Amino acid sequence: MTAVPLPATAPPPWSPLLGRISLEQLPFLHEPIVAVTFVGVILGGIALVGALTYFRLWGYLWKEWFTSVDHKKIGVMYMILGLVMFMRGFADALMMRLQQAMAFNGSDGYLNAHHYDQVFTAHGVIMIFFAAMPFVTGLMNYVVPLQIGARDVSFPFLNNFSFWMTTGGAVLVMASLFLGEFAQTGWLAFPPLSGLAYSPGVGVDYYIWSLQVAGVGTTLSGINLIATIIKMRAPGMTLMRMPVFTWTALCTNVLIVASFPVLTAVLVLLSLDRYVGTNFFTNDFGGSPMMYVNLIWIWGHPEVYILILPIFGVFSEVTSTFSGKRLFGYTSMVYATVVITILSYVVWLHHFFTMGSGASVNSFFGITTMVISIPTGAKLFNWLFTMYRGRIRFDLPMMWTVAFMLTFTIGGMTGVLLAVPPADFVLHNSLFLIAHFHNVIIGGVVFGTFAAINYWWPKAFGFKLNQFWGKVSFWCWVPGFWLAFTPLYIMGLMGVTRRTRVFDDPSLQPYFIVALLGAVLIAAGIGAMVVQYGVSIWKREELKDESGDPWNGRTLEWATSSPPPAYNFAFTPIVHDLDAWEDMKRAGVGRPLDGYRPIHMPSNTGAGVILAGISTALGFALIWHIWWMAGASFVALLVSAIAHTFNYKRDYHIPAEDVAAVEAQRTAQLERLAQNQGAAA
Amino acid sequence: MRAKLLNRARLLRCAIVPLLALPLAGCDWVVLNPAGDVARQQGDLVIVATLLMLLIVVPVMATVVIFAWRYRATNTEAKYDPDWNHSTQLELMIWAAPLMIIIALGAVTWVGTHLLDPYRAISRIDAQTPVAANAKPVEVEVVSMDWKWLFIYPEQNIATVNELVVPAGRPLRFRMTSSTVMNTFYVPALAGMIYTMPGMETKLHAVFNQEGAFKGISAHFSGAGFSQMHFATRAVSDAQFDQWVASVKAGKNDGMLSRDAYLQLDKPSIADPVRHYAGVAPDLFNAVVDLCVQPGKICMSQMAMLDAKGGVGKEAARLNVAALTYDKNGRATETAVLPGSVVAQTDRFVKAYCSDNRPMAAPSGDAPLPKTLDRLRGAGINQATGPRVSLAGPLLQPAS
Repeated sequence: MTAVPLPATAPPPWSPLLGRISLEQLPFLHEPIVAVTFVGVILGGIALVGALTYFRLWGYLWKEWFTSVDHKKIGVMYMILGLVMFMRGFADALMMRLQQAMAFNGSDGYLNAHHYDQVFTAHGVIMIFFAAMPFVTGLMNYVVPLQIGARDVSFPFLNNFSFWMTTGGAVLVMASLFLGEFAQTGWLAFPPLSGLAYSPGVGVDYYIWSLQVAGVGTTLSGINLIATIIKMRAPGMTLMRMPVFTWTALCTNVLIVASFPVLTAVLVLLSLDRYVGTNFFTNDFGGSPMMYVNLIWIWGHPEVYILILPIFGVFSEVTSTFSGKRLFGYTSMVYATVVITILSYVVWLHHFFTMGSGASVNSFFGITTMVISIPTGAKLFNWLFTMYRGRIRFDLPMMWTVAFMLTFTIGGMTGVLLAVPPADFVLHNSLFLIAHFHNVIIGGVVFGTFAAINYWWPKAFGFKLNQFWGKVSFWCWVPGFWLAFTPLYIMGLMGVTRRTRVFDDPSLQPYFIVALLGAVLIAAGIGAMVVQYGVSIWKREELKDESGDPWNGRTLEWATSSPPPAYNFAFTPIVHDLDAWEDMKRAGVGRPLDGYRPIHMPSNTGAGVILAGISTALGFALIWHIWWMAGASFVALLVSAIAHTFNYKRDYHIPAEDVAAVEAQRTAQLERLAQNQGAAA
Repeated sequence: MRAKLLNRARLLRCAIVPLLALPLAGCDWVVLNPAGDVARQQGDLVIVATLLMLLIVVPVMATVVIFAWRYRATNTEAKYDPDWNHSTQLELMIWAAPLMIIIALGAVTWVGTHLLDPYRAISRIDAQTPVAANAKPVEVEVVSMDWKWLFIYPEQNIATVNELVVPAGRPLRFRMTSSTVMNTFYVPALAGMIYTMPGMETKLHAVFNQEGAFKGISAHFSGAGFSQMHFATRAVSDAQFDQWVASVKAGKNDGMLSRDAYLQLDKPSIADPVRHYAGVAPDLFNAVVDLCVQPGKICMSQMAMLDAKGGVGKEAARLNVAALTYDKNGRATETAVLPGSVVAQTDRFVKAYCSDNRPMAAPSGDAPLPKTLDRLRGAGINQATGPRVSLAGPLLQPAS
């Protein structure tokens, strides 16, 4: 029939020692593109390890970062993980854009189906689970305890463990690049395609176990942050005096705790189908693939709100701070957030209107989806009226916020359009859909993350980010986004579908070339962002902020020094009003200068790294069917977990003298600053 | 109200589409300008919904720009009121305005979704022409395979691969399923897409309003050959259709689509040429839905019937599961029990219940034609009835 090679239908051979690993499973031996990447990664890895060894940084990294239970350091590590994985996911995006711009007029492009199908699957999985999720989790980790006047999260060790589990999942995804393959199923791995009958290789197993390992981290971090927000707020901070970011963080973590178990369960069922021959989602023996689709979207739709809600919080903080005004309609903002949280559970079916549900069911889910746009619209209006009669300073966080407001509105509109079932029938699975969700995820989550990084960077490191390169990045990103995705909207209306590798209609090529140019412009934006970070670190003395409050902030994180001391606050602040720090500044509340007491703090521990490392090894063994290793790592996991419970060196006290010394330094710093300002005036 | 809106939308489309298309000359916005009445109404809904939302989106975006400019820090002339953070009137407005839009859009959605339910037999050929009372739809049975499309014409008793030819101006009724993984059947010029799913049957009703050649695709990723999984679609006159059917039967073709030929065809392949079959094995489509084309397989509906009769008790332990296996051990279905092969005593038992593997009679899941269209425009909507995705049910009788 055809000479095109068909995918393997038989599972790879198995040996007791190495499971399914064989030379055949090393793609860099027979795929030139992977080979080049592999060489690059190896060289880069050697350079990095060499540099860390040369500068004797291993001990420092281990003691101060990897084993740290400080929520601030864990937050920073989440952001670094997110940025690294974001680069990887973006590389996948560029590869897809290039392939689609090339594969016309009989050309097969430069990626074969096996490679291309992995690329788009990995892009989706990485961007959602290992870029966007670490971004929002990192922001919540860093900011929430500071905003509520706490010294750490409720369960500091759990926090460290959660981070390393997320990293373990990311490591598994990255390993699939050079050992075996990743899933070729799309980012949600619908059966029967992801079942054993149609995906006998290790790709889907990589998918399952990377998400399972990371999912443990996400769920635990959700529990941790809920407990933190509920139990550890400073005295006086009633729920309705919580900063909006903390509110959105609370709602997001409620969503995480209530929805991630569904993902875990559905992946367990899929694993059972693949590993022990059950028939939950198989075609035969009474399995129901549609059940998987329902279950995964019952997790999947709340997931998009998990990503966007904290970002809404970021925009609320930024708009209020940079407009120099209290947030308009705080109460309705909070209610809008809660309403979105609840409604996000009753819309999942809108992801598959076209699977044959009845008109009444489709209408119901279409209308509930539209209803979500009401609280979302209310939020937008609230930001708008926060700007009204403000004094808006257009620093980078505010620039990203305005870009968000304009971009996200369009994305929201196309989203509501897709919620109309008959419209969805003609746009579902099309490039219009792709353009829509990138419009809300890039225009919302990514822009918001950049706003947040620019906003909270001075808090985390004590110096601001370089404005010039930040603006270069901004002006590449925003037009780049529109250049990349407007053609996709248009092609969606021309009936072009997603995940297509080669095209036979030459009239489409110009659109794909424009989209590629947009992606290149975005790449320039990412480059400028990296330069921005580099230049800022290089010139950190010039960009230094000693005040701890560079933006004239309103919430408690700006009340402490930048970077904050390990214990955040020498004395737990007492809150009298919303925007507690603004309230203190107005009331002229001074820093207490004596009477320090020892501060009770959690101790660092390597248990998180060890447990997550063993879990990752367990995942790896299960992926490759190396049963002895799976058994051994499972036992090791139990033993290490039990051993950790016997570690009684869990906490320590920072002596009052040490606190006094740190605070005295801070007092001197503030006095020097006041004198300089006086001299300047 | 809706008809008016849609008429207006049509006018607007005539105005908007060329305007937008001007800088993009030569492009074909098939979703907004299709050849089929169903897709046309769906495209109209896209426009109506967009216009409704623009009512609020445009002012909001304009206000963002105006406020951002007017209240910039350097403009010290603008009023600055750092403590102003509440206004009951404004709050009412910001919740009520989107609510109004959503109420309007929700109404359009409810009516549109029911009117354009793909399971409902169409009631009109176009805005002016209702379907004649005695009109019989042209029936096509669609099977998505790895990675090609099989179209069976039960009345004409022919089948084609990767070519769909239908008469224009006549109601079409598609019954769809998949032999392997999920796909969607999508002819953008004809009507919105519907999934094809193994072991399940989905339906689509539509009509072509003009003759011509169109594109048909799978819109849901289905594996390695997905990108090449499209089919030529032609809408032709009645006479041409009859001529084409005759040519498929008499012309150069691939013979009969027997069950064996079907199993050969079902093997994975990419970018297949168009094929014609001069005849089709009886009940083939139902057997595909029932996962029992292969001789020796027990149909899902037969199994369900056994279950419905109370199951087989302890005997189930001796069941020969090979006869129930469809694709569990991979695409190759060779592991099956073939007729006449004596595997073990165990398979005797199910065979005793199911002497042949013809599927049970499939339910006719079509919604009846609406009696009057008026009822669809408001309350008391006459819903489509019958199973939506007909998993061959347990209460079926064997085909006579």
